[in-house]
Amino acid sequence: MSAVLDPHGHGAAGDHSGSHGHGDDHHDHAPTGWRRWVYATNHKDIGTLYLLFSFTMLMIGGLLAMGIRAELFEPGLQLFNPELFNQLTTMHGLIMVFGAIMPAFVGFANWMVPLQIGAPDMAFARMNNFSFWLLIPAALMLVGSFFMPGGAPAAGWTLYAPLTLQMGPSMDAGIFAMHIMGASSIMGSINIIVTILNMRAPGMTLMKMPMFCWTWLITAYLLIAVMPVLAGAITMTLTDRHFGTTFFNPAGGGDPVMYQHIFWFFGHPEVYIMILPAFGIVSQVVPAFARKRLFGYASMVYATSSIAILSFIVWAHHMFTTGMPVTGQLFFMYATMLIAVPTAVKIFNWIATMWQGSMTFETPMLFAVGFIFVFTIGGFTGLILAMAPIDLLLQDTYYVVAHFHYVLVAGSLFAMFAGFYYWSPKWTGVMYNETRGKIHFWSSLISFNVAFFPMHFLGLAGMPRRYADYPMQFADFNAVASIGAFWFGLSQVYFFFWVVLPMLRGRGEPAAQRPWNDADGKGAEGLEWEVPSPAPFHTFEVPPRLDPTATRILDARVQPGH
Amino acid sequence: MSSSAQGTPNYYVPQPSRHPAFAAFGLLAIIFGAANWINGVTWGRALVLFGFLWLFWVLFQWFRDSIRESEGGLYGRKIDISFRWSMSWFIFSEVMFFGAFFTALWWMRSHSVPALGSVDNAVLWPGFKAVWPSIAPGATASPANIIEPFQTMTPFWLPTINTALLLSSGVTLTIAHHALRANHRGMTVLWMWATVLLGFSFVCVQGYEYFHAYHELNLKLSSGAYGSTFFMLTGFHGFHVIVGMLMLFFITIRLMRGHFTPERHFGFEGAAWYWHFVDVVWLFLYTLVYWL
Amino acid sequence: VQDLPGGPGVRQLNLTSAATRIAAEQSWLHWFMLVTCLVIFIAVFSVMFYSIWKHRKSVGHKPANFHESVTVEVIWTIIPFLIVIGMALPATKVLVASKDTSNADLTIKATGYQWKWGYDYLNGDPQGVSFVSTLLPAHREISNEGARGPDVPNNYLLEVDNPLVVPVNKKIRIITTANDVIHSWGVPAFGVKQDAIPGFVRDTWFRSEKVGDFYGQCYELCGKEHAYMPIHVKVVSQDDFTKWTADQKKIMAAKADDPSKVWTLPDLEARGEKVYTANCQACHQPNGKGAGPILPLDGSPIVNDPDKTKQIHVVLNGRNAMPSWKGTLSDTDIAAVISFTKNHWSNHTGQIVQPAEVLAQRGK
Ligand code: HEA
Ligand code: HEA
Ligand code: CUA
Ligand SMILES: [Cu+2]
Repeated sequence: MSAVLDPHGHGAAGDHSGSHGHGDDHHDHAPTGWRRWVYATNHKDIGTLYLLFSFTMLMIGGLLAMGIRAELFEPGLQLFNPELFNQLTTMHGLIMVFGAIMPAFVGFANWMVPLQIGAPDMAFARMNNFSFWLLIPAALMLVGSFFMPGGAPAAGWTLYAPLTLQMGPSMDAGIFAMHIMGASSIMGSINIIVTILNMRAPGMTLMKMPMFCWTWLITAYLLIAVMPVLAGAITMTLTDRHFGTTFFNPAGGGDPVMYQHIFWFFGHPEVYIMILPAFGIVSQVVPAFARKRLFGYASMVYATSSIAILSFIVWAHHMFTTGMPVTGQLFFMYATMLIAVPTAVKIFNWIATMWQGSMTFETPMLFAVGFIFVFTIGGFTGLILAMAPIDLLLQDTYYVVAHFHYVLVAGSLFAMFAGFYYWSPKWTGVMYNETRGKIHFWSSLISFNVAFFPMHFLGLAGMPRRYADYPMQFADFNAVASIGAFWFGLSQVYFFFWVVLPMLRGRGEPAAQRPWNDADGKGAEGLEWEVPSPAPFHTFEVPPRLDPTATRILDARVQPGH
Repeated sequence: MSSSAQGTPNYYVPQPSRHPAFAAFGLLAIIFGAANWINGVTWGRALVLFGFLWLFWVLFQWFRDSIRESEGGLYGRKIDISFRWSMSWFIFSEVMFFGAFFTALWWMRSHSVPALGSVDNAVLWPGFKAVWPSIAPGATASPANIIEPFQTMTPFWLPTINTALLLSSGVTLTIAHHALRANHRGMTVLWMWATVLLGFSFVCVQGYEYFHAYHELNLKLSSGAYGSTFFMLTGFHGFHVIVGMLMLFFITIRLMRGHFTPERHFGFEGAAWYWHFVDVVWLFLYTLVYWL
Repeated sequence: VQDLPGGPGVRQLNLTSAATRIAAEQSWLHWFMLVTCLVIFIAVFSVMFYSIWKHRKSVGHKPANFHESVTVEVIWTIIPFLIVIGMALPATKVLVASKDTSNADLTIKATGYQWKWGYDYLNGDPQGVSFVSTLLPAHREISNEGARGPDVPNNYLLEVDNPLVVPVNKKIRIITTANDVIHSWGVPAFGVKQDAIPGFVRDTWFRSEKVGDFYGQCYELCGKEHAYMPIHVKVVSQDDFTKWTADQKKIMAAKADDPSKVWTLPDLEARGEKVYTANCQACHQPNGKGAGPILPLDGSPIVNDPDKTKQIHVVLNGRNAMPSWKGTLSDTDIAAVISFTKNHWSNHTGQIVQPAEVLAQRGK
């Protein structure tokens, strides 16, 4: 079965699913061995590859973060020289953003979008695999840059000119790696857009589509709109470095601040690229465990679109200290603050979904509720940063670091955990261990706050980010943050060895086809629960006939396992 | 892409394929080689070359497989629509890419160069008189005087000739399309060759234009804001022309081999869309870079 | 350690206490935001936790069926919108006030260098005064040694050799620019932060209402020693400022070296050693061996090249990670430090570079 990496092939896990047939038995072409993964054209296999890849990158990026926190545990330099420290910071940011979070969501999309809309696969299966395999050279180049002469890039993940012009050869490796990742994202997005627009089962209208598909559709548009812009910005960096252009060099008429404008035109939508699919996952999980339909479906769609559209006109809130005219600052301040409105709608809708529900708190729900709670803290600090006069004090301090880890770690990452616990029974055919899931949740939630809450204080007190050493007065909160960070890191190690690995090996209670539904049918809805657990290698090879709500299949005959 | 709609499946999910992973390997060789090459490592260039050969070899097989599937009648109506969506959004992403460079042009021209020559910045660049393109009468070439004097590229005659070439190639392509729809295959192929030829002449003229710029105008990639934007914009455009021309070339070969039908020929249309996109970008270049 | 007045406090929880009107207003704005957000937060999450408590399956709650209500959705779109407007109004006021740099009493140019600040007084009495402000080398050493032990000073990483001195209750306009990469000049107590962008000037202002020492740091990643280029502003009374100005002028006059003076090698080397310790050692190391991307000077082909202009050019104009020094060091200093490196460690060229030779290479 798809996500089970059992050496005995896919039959073994299938045995667990007892009552269901062997969905893939009659597909003699289901490949085996390494070819199954390297030559994959199956959306489920490619989804698994994406997820494994991004988890690996999370580990590497997390290890770098541990390096940062270890160095900052005490004032003074202990472990790394400042140059290496900057490399750690830069590579941590790049690897987390481009290696861990973005591909993980693509992995979720690969697995779930075709299942949720009743399609047999992604629209372009080979290109899908190409999108994945492009990540490998990119990741090799990024991680390998530590071993190049002069070490890894150390100009921050934002790669501001002209500091990038001083970097060694690894900067070029990094730029090429990001070109490739951009190409991968664009192809992946086109695939998702086409799949969603063109491959929905009859009856699955756009406004009946699960929220996760909606958020990904919008995210995919953001991606194809802004990844090419990033490619342009780093191409200009490349030619400035080697071919004598002067885009960012004032001596020849260029402007370093122009880099920032182009970068953030990409960069701000990018942060919503990392949160919208998370919203989608939460919008699936909350109704399932509240046993109640998602409140305000239509307004959720409109709110998500508004966030996406607004995200194109707020970029310069990252540049309040560059010295814009006051009118510019005001415009970007107002536009940024406006984003709180559609986000408010989303938060309220989730709470209204829970309201008067019949809630249970299995691990997916815990992570979803944790997400709503902690993400909102991050959203509020974002709003405080959006106030230009306050941002003058907080820009490039640890307050910003606290803000974005609240939205990225407790936001994107927690939503992914929720999604993992929610869907992994479908992927692997086995249930995770509930106790372990709960330990993972509480340990992560608490340690996360221990690690990142004190950073607000550090930032308010003025501690700059990307600092290898800091004044003595900041020592205590840094020590607390480091302890929290190690604890958080260990929680993820626990997650991998005690939750993920057993499932990958097919160990655990066999999962029912609808693990989240009561006997009366209340609970999770959607087409992914219409196929057995684990999902057979091929699903929906013939377009299914759907009921009017597009959550049930009427014609069981064509589906395997019935 | 082609073949009759009868009996074609609704979906097409290809068999496992080694092409994607192999192509990614080729790209690894290219980027690793290139990163070393531009930093003066001797084997870098060889690795880039190897990577490209490898990549072309893979792409050749990949496209060959697709074409076989298409001609084998595996691509139904739905897949045709998928191709249309994907090509449109791919072109959209290309528009955004060019957008970044046009923005750079606008920013340098209307913002940074004037700002560098303004009274505010007189402390830093006392002698600098900002007049785009930094070479007009009364201007100094660049704030720090690091740029050799150069002359700008005027719209006459080379760029205008090129405009004519590209515009007429759009026309010939449309004629070819109409011919294909009317099932006049001979005419189609003829007009396609005309289109490819026009594209090819465009590239040649542009090559000559660059030669002229470097050797007679002293206009180089390193000629400050003007040189940077001029060469990057026209260069990326030229690269896209070459890609579009290759597409048209292979479509023509396919036409000669009897591929496509009057009703179903998205391969043809996709290439044509791309060609028109390249055309439109050129019109922007022609006005914004050469004229204004 | 204890609190550092004008700088960070131990376990400080909120913004640094304000020394200017603008900072006080920013601080007010921050409280206002904090309270508003907290109220919304509590309101929103009490509803959620109430629901979590009451509408659980384990207490036997049966799910309701509603899933839409245009009325409430419109209401909870409009209310946040109004709240946001209520937040934007005071912010606009403070922002506009903080951007008005006109009618300054004193204008000072702050130039970011890798990794120190250069200050030039551009108008008024102290016009012409200019100096470079660097972190005390002793603090840099403490950092390398791990900043352990009880005698790490309170102003660790914040104290500089030449602080910026300004008069109290005067509107000071700071013009920022940079020589190499982007830096950022900020002092929390003044509510000021302004990026210093190479090739462009930007400005900001403050009017300190208190005398004393105020501290800030470089806020924009600017390479290896980013953490080691603090900002230290001494606000003094008008009288003290006048005195300070007079002293500075004398020092300036004394320091002005005649670039045509011909030096002897030992004198130049002695001076060069000082320049080296203050400026070069952080990267090239005391033993001249460099580290990582920093090339060694000891045994370097350029340093040992018989053509002296090669090294002069690198020092003047910079190269890759090496910054350009033509703006920060005088001809005499550059001549001294080059002569020093050419005759130190295992380098024994016996060459001597005179200030005039450096002057001749400037602008080439
Ligand atoms: C997932 C990623 C993510 C998300 C979702 C956000 C969301 C937001 N961000 Fe954040 N941000 C980042 C990732 C993200 N950000 C990153 C990575 C950086 C740093 C980049 C770098 O420099 O390296 C950054 C930096 C950053 C800055 C620049 C800081 C600086 O460098 O000085 C600003 C300033 O405006 C900002 C603002 C906001 C705002 C207003 C939101 C809003 O979308 C938040 C909206 C949410 C809420 C407001 C809470 C929920 C709402 C309610 C409960 C309703 C009621 C509320 C009201 C009516 C007020 N962000
Ligand atoms: C996108 C997502 C993302 C994620 C998930 C994280 C996760 C974490 N980040 Fe993140 N961070 C960024 C994005 C992210 N970060 C970005 C964009 C920046 C800005 C970069 C820049 O300034 O340019 C940044 C910067 C940044 C800084 C500021 C650095 C500086 O300014 O100098 C710090 C400091 O504490 C930090 C800490 C952490 C920690 C402790 C985690 C933890 O959550 C990580 C936990 C995970 C693990 C630890 C991995 C699992 C464990 C193992 C592999 C085993 C080993 C574990 C132990 C030995 C305990 N990050
Ligand atoms: Cu200068 Cu950071
Ligand atoms: Cu943003």
